[in-house]
Amino acid sequence: MFYRLSGVYHTNYISDSRIYKVPADRNLALALLVLGVAAPFIAPSLYVNSYMLPWLIWTSAALGLNLVTGWAGQLHLGYAAVMAVGAYSAIHAARFGVPWEFALIIGGLSASVIGSLFAFAALRAKGLYLALTTLAMQFIMDWVLTHSPAISGGSHASLQAPTLKLLGQEITSDTGLYYVALAWCLLVTIFMLNLKRTGLGRALVAVREKDYAAAILGVHSFYYKIVAFAMSSFIGGVSGALLVATFFFLAAPEQFSVAVSIQALAMVIVGGLGSIIGSYFGVALILLVPGLVNGVVVTASEQLGMQINVETLAHIPNAVYGALIVIILLIEPLGLGKLYGNIRDYLMVWPFDQLRK
Amino acid sequence: MDPVFLAELAINGALTGLLYSLFAIGLVLIYKASSVPNLAQGGLTMVGAYVVLALARDVGMPLWLAIPIAVAIMFGLGFGIERVALRRLAGRPVVMILMITLGLDIFLRGTTLAVWGGTSRSMELGVSYEPLFLGDILVSRIHLVGAFVAVMFFAAFLLFFRTRLGIKLRAIADDYMASWSVGISVERGIGLSWGLASVVAVSAGVIWGEIQGVDQALSLLLLKGLTVAVLGGLDSILGAIVAGIILGVVENVGADFLDPLVGGGSRELIVAAVLILTIMIRPHGLFGRHDIERV
Repeated sequence: MFYRLSGVYHTNYISDSRIYKVPADRNLALALLVLGVAAPFIAPSLYVNSYMLPWLIWTSAALGLNLVTGWAGQLHLGYAAVMAVGAYSAIHAARFGVPWEFALIIGGLSASVIGSLFAFAALRAKGLYLALTTLAMQFIMDWVLTHSPAISGGSHASLQAPTLKLLGQEITSDTGLYYVALAWCLLVTIFMLNLKRTGLGRALVAVREKDYAAAILGVHSFYYKIVAFAMSSFIGGVSGALLVATFFFLAAPEQFSVAVSIQALAMVIVGGLGSIIGSYFGVALILLVPGLVNGVVVTASEQLGMQINVETLAHIPNAVYGALIVIILLIEPLGLGKLYGNIRDYLMVWPFDQLRK
Repeated sequence: MDPVFLAELAINGALTGLLYSLFAIGLVLIYKASSVPNLAQGGLTMVGAYVVLALARDVGMPLWLAIPIAVAIMFGLGFGIERVALRRLAGRPVVMILMITLGLDIFLRGTTLAVWGGTSRSMELGVSYEPLFLGDILVSRIHLVGAFVAVMFFAAFLLFFRTRLGIKLRAIADDYMASWSVGISVERGIGLSWGLASVVAVSAGVIWGEIQGVDQALSLLLLKGLTVAVLGGLDSILGAIVAGIILGVVENVGADFLDPLVGGGSRELIVAAVLILTIMIRPHGLFGRHDIERV
């Protein structure tokens, strides 16, 4: 009812290529933005910093992965490795005394250099084989991280991140860190929203649909594959660096293991390939629901007076996380973004939905 | 280097490699029938080992009874997974199929650990740990038993693919449209391949559980199994056996040369490098079918 197509007329190309063609979409996005900005003042800081902040940073990382997997159609099971490159190089740069602004850019750039190596795998392999190659590269990266103390920070294999300092301001308060995450996530979202309507975005989609066919249309598929990998790695690298700088405060190889790569891919696929709003949903589901379920199980077992042993409780979130992936894919293989799209399409013509048939 | 020591490394490597083949046969069976890369095979292997242990310890059956019953249970589980999850996604892009098998893997691992706990248990097959000397070469008995099981499975599948049912499976692997049109139930065939893969998973779980203990680490065999399957050609059981031996030898001998150079733990590195090189140089593997892709 609030989504109305009636009364929305596009009389020129500029209005037809707007990001939000329906005013209701734009209003919804603005409302969410206001909520996001106001969150530190209306929600307890524990929730903001332990749920919303990782959610935002992971969303930006997932959007980066969505760029290469959803838009350009290249499977990537080594995204955590790319994030690790970004995180470690940014932190080493910051520890070396480089200002954080530049350290983040250095992190992003070095991640794109390593990330482009993954694209050379995409030159020869695609589909399943590309997934396996990137998986193997992730294993190699894990190995390098855990076996080189110079990178991972000495015998404890952990590296303390220096205090985040942007534009001359030390950012130590919870609210400040949250705003850094929000700003980065907004930046990535705006980039991705606009990517859809550029020639680059269309070229990526052409490569995804069929690279030979794209080549016949004059789209140099290998060039665009490298561009996609480099761009997504840049986003991933900066997100990885910010994840450590604002959330973990300490970089360790386990934060970027194979399981994390799989988690990132799960976020993108559960959210919906190529869907921006879907990435937000997917990250929320994968990151937050297992913990919530565990909380529910703990309270339920206390209420009912059941004794569930600690080990069982520790593994329930994992089982739930796997089950979520399977269930969402069975209900809607195109992910939560598609489910949202269905609801939106329904509301668009409600209460006159018989008109569509 | 001492030739006897080198031979010992190579022979033990080959035996370990055959144990990887045991794992990889499961992957190959499913890929052959339905072109689904089953990344849940690690989870299945782990479940298989835990089911055997649950029957042996918690129910109190002797192992010779527990293993066949576990085989039956796991056959049902594999069949069920195909029926509930994979069939609904048939014809979808490979990314979704990969993801659902990864999801299944995480789910199977999480559930197993939630039910039985994560502490490592021992399988206690009753194979002695007395060293066995073949000439001057030291061989592990359990690896020998495992390698024998792997070769037996290979022989059994060779024979199986000559039976009426096996020919149906081969037809499905060849061209499922044509199989459909001559009245072969493709769905049932693919379900059967999942069931058989789960049976193989039980045997891999039992042998590997005896070697390294029954715990979460069983699912980490996935990378090695995948490498063997890809090197062998993903749809060839003979390939899985040969590739297993090759990977085992390369890994064992290579690690012995590389470990002093890089400070240990180079096995993972060698396996990952073999996987990447195979895909870069010969994606269809040693014995795999070379498909032509069209626009």
